[in-house]
Amino acid sequence: MKSPAAAAARTAGRAAEGPAPQKSGTGPRAAAGRRPARRIRRQLVTSPWLFAAPGLVIVGVFILYPFVSTIINSFTDKRQLVEGKYVGLANFRELLHDDMFWIGLRNSTLYVLVVVPALVVLPLLLALLVQKQIPGITFFRSAFYTPVVASIVVVGLIWVWMLDERGLVNAVLEAVGAGKVGFLSDQWLLLFSAMGVTVWKGLGYYMIIYLAALANVPRELHEAAAVDGAGPVRRFLSVTVPAVRSTMVLVAALSSVAAFKVFSEVYLMAGPTGGPAGEDTTLVMLVQRTGTGLTGRVGYASAISVVIFVVTVALMLLVLRADRKEDA
Amino acid sequence: MRTQPTDDAASAAVAAREETPRKSRTKPAARSRRGRVADENGRRMPLWELALRYTLLLVMLALMIGPFLWQLSTSLKGPHENIFSSPPSFLPSDPTLHNYERVADTIPVWDYALNSLKVAAANVFTNCVGAALAGYALARLRYRGRKAATLVFILAMLVPVEGIIIAQFTTMRDLELNNTLIGVLLPGCISALNVLLMRNAFLNLPYEVEEAAFVDGANVWQRFFRIALPAVKGTLAVVAIFAFMGAWDDFLWPLIVLSDPDKFTLTIGLNYLHGTFANDERLVAAGTVIAVLPLIVLFACLQRYFFRGVGEGAVKG
Repeated sequence: MKSPAAAAARTAGRAAEGPAPQKSGTGPRAAAGRRPARRIRRQLVTSPWLFAAPGLVIVGVFILYPFVSTIINSFTDKRQLVEGKYVGLANFRELLHDDMFWIGLRNSTLYVLVVVPALVVLPLLLALLVQKQIPGITFFRSAFYTPVVASIVVVGLIWVWMLDERGLVNAVLEAVGAGKVGFLSDQWLLLFSAMGVTVWKGLGYYMIIYLAALANVPRELHEAAAVDGAGPVRRFLSVTVPAVRSTMVLVAALSSVAAFKVFSEVYLMAGPTGGPAGEDTTLVMLVQRTGTGLTGRVGYASAISVVIFVVTVALMLLVLRADRKEDA
Repeated sequence: MRTQPTDDAASAAVAAREETPRKSRTKPAARSRRGRVADENGRRMPLWELALRYTLLLVMLALMIGPFLWQLSTSLKGPHENIFSSPPSFLPSDPTLHNYERVADTIPVWDYALNSLKVAAANVFTNCVGAALAGYALARLRYRGRKAATLVFILAMLVPVEGIIIAQFTTMRDLELNNTLIGVLLPGCISALNVLLMRNAFLNLPYEVEEAAFVDGANVWQRFFRIALPAVKGTLAVVAIFAFMGAWDDFLWPLIVLSDPDKFTLTIGLNYLHGTFANDERLVAAGTVIAVLPLIVLFACLQRYFFRGVGEGAVKG
């Protein structure tokens, strides 16, 4: 694989030193003869679309078309196996009176409110911890990244067992004299446990993003602050945080969108029906539950999806606006 | 994840301002002479700070790796060992692979693993080929509609996939591909993000190289295969690894599109195992270990690309 590239690079070098080095920016046509130019122009018309076609088809059929049809379906009473008819805003009116929808909206919103601050701050602290090149640090970095690599199903089931009434966490709690905690039986504890799992799985991922950002913090800033007598906490707040702020915004944007669409953690820990009386249902769980099956209400599920789209876009705009405000 | 280049850049900036400028290139050598336990200024780290750092690192290690090890330990404990003891016993007193045999007796776990492997391998292939081709077209070829095509991929990247699963399912049913592994594969088989990643990689190549080949009469396929593609191997590796991981770990979409237990992938099979045999912790633990081990091995071998992937495609996940 290496030799053609090297050969090409050599050829390039020769060509650049060749007859018309200053023309390198004006495009190949200037240098090429008439005959190859015509042949190449013909290729330039047909092959680009050949190159792009597979990607465009897949993305068009399986992403963009479903996206558009989700929006259209949200105004119909379509069911699985039954074509629907236009019903206007009926689905959305029904949403307003659907307790399950409000539970889902509440849980997904809570998820954002708890998980996003944690995922903006904790990975940054972790990145600071693994930033210094001390012996063995590569091992620690890799170890902290391991939960990212594992499937969410594996992670979910690991924590279901960890937090089980007879699991490790409760065994430890009992051994130290604290009582058992029903992490997976109480409605709220369940939701917060799932949030904890989301944060646990995301830590390593955002840590790597922060590490790249920290590498770009000018060192003299830290030195100057240290000379001025700023302690580590002060230096963190007035040097590190401002320097990685744009990365924090990126992390906030990524994690808030992901948190609002949470599905797997809660599905695995609370069960397909969403915990006691369905109180732990999230919006995506509701979409999945409402829209699938032989009697799945495609139209209604699509209306919930449209709410998810709107909130997702709103979250992005909110984060970006917060960024701009801090700039001013 | 090496901080080397930026360190050098920073120290060069410092050097420019100092009265006695030092060459930035001498920096790493100077550092290694002082020993590795030093901060980036070359100062020795105080012993207490070093101790504190390692203590915190070990605590975090226990927190991040511990649950995996506990799962492994549970899966190796035999039927007569109490897995609920308090205080808990971390090591199996009599390690056995019995639970792994039982998983295979309970669900066709190796068939599920094979299904996952098929989907993941196909996903790697389609993403590498499709994203490289499309990325090359977007970055290099001049044609009308290129901007529109780029926009299509950007829009597709922004669509929240979790919101369109029902419509994807009905599309798949119209194509009569639901409940097949092809159906599992198709929606993500050329991801827009990967196309844009490849586009950026091609954009970063110096144009002169290809120009020279152009002059020599190489056609567009030759330029693509012999010059451009070998030059973006790194990004291609990132795409491959994340395509494998994405397919192997995916849960929501296979859960929706697969209904026939014969065709389950490993994640869906695990969910089924958990749903049906939730009280048999040793069994579930063995199943999760089977599912996670291949990826941990892959990660251990190819860490570099996993980390690079985070940097390049910070939109994943």
